[in-house]
Amino acid sequence: MKIKMQVHSWTSSMSAALFAILLFSTSCFAAIETYQFDTAQQEADYNQLIDELRCLVCQNQNLADSNADLAKDLRQQVHKMLVTEKANKQQIVDFMVARYGEFVLYKPPVENHTLLLWFGPMLFLLIGFFALFSYVKRQKNLPAEVE
Amino acid sequence: MKKQLIPLGIFAALVAFLAIGLTLDPQKLPSPLIGKPAAEFDLPELYTQEPFSPSQLQGKPWILNIWASWCVSCRQEHKLLVDFSKGNQTIIVGLNYKDTPDEAKAWLKELGNPYTITVEDPQGKAGIDWGVYGVPETFVIDARGIIRHKFTGPLTKKRLREELLPLLAEFEKEAIQDEN
Repeated sequence: MKIKMQVHSWTSSMSAALFAILLFSTSCFAAIETYQFDTAQQEADYNQLIDELRCLVCQNQNLADSNADLAKDLRQQVHKMLVTEKANKQQIVDFMVARYGEFVLYKPPVENHTLLLWFGPMLFLLIGFFALFSYVKRQKNLPAEVE
Repeated sequence: MKKQLIPLGIFAALVAFLAIGLTLDPQKLPSPLIGKPAAEFDLPELYTQEPFSPSQLQGKPWILNIWASWCVSCRQEHKLLVDFSKGNQTIIVGLNYKDTPDEAKAWLKELGNPYTITVEDPQGKAGIDWGVYGVPETFVIDARGIIRHKFTGPLTKKRLREELLPLLAEFEKEAIQDEN
């Protein structure tokens, strides 16, 4: 009976810890500011932009996910350009690239110097297939083993 | 080549790529601003509150150092800047980034003031136009108002000697050429 009690308390503390982790992880991913938009289109553009622009301080997060000061400033900048200055998405992307370079884009444009980035994985897949086919072919040509 | 050596060759290539990767610093990003005209701003001077903008420096090379009193590596490079300013006439503009005037003044009083002029950018607005993503950052601007170089992170003696001083010497040569 005593043992059973212990097990129970262990599982409940585990679930409490799990709950705490879940709570934390969700709060990390929330952008805190509330912004007003004139149209639904602006809001959609805003959300898409902060999703596609990189936070340069914490380099593996986009502007939407990051709590860094710079990310906050850049979200504000995106909002200001969209709502106050009525800029379109491309103008905002150009604004960011002019200041922070193409690194700010999570989705870089397909250009000569980004070809390897875009099609490199495909290239490696093809090499893999080629290696696999030639291996299988060689196996087939081998004389069948005699039992 | 013997077939058995192929996996070894692939492994060696992989190791070579990873070794190159280790020597790169992902925090150092190439600035797209190099070769472009210096971004304008209109900010108050720290002590006098008089407006200052980069266009006032047209015709002279200058250095823009972005710093804050809350920035630890700024403290690290500051002594170097103070020493540099004593032996060199180049204009140094200090952009006090996201700071309060009181803390900025206290910091300069404690550690020395290498800046020809210090401007306040409490909201980091000019910071965005200069593509600042961390402090300290230092830009070198030539007499034509073109950004020629950017240091990300604290200046060191080595970077000063190998990058900044040769560039300033180049500016002097250009000035002579322009006169002729």
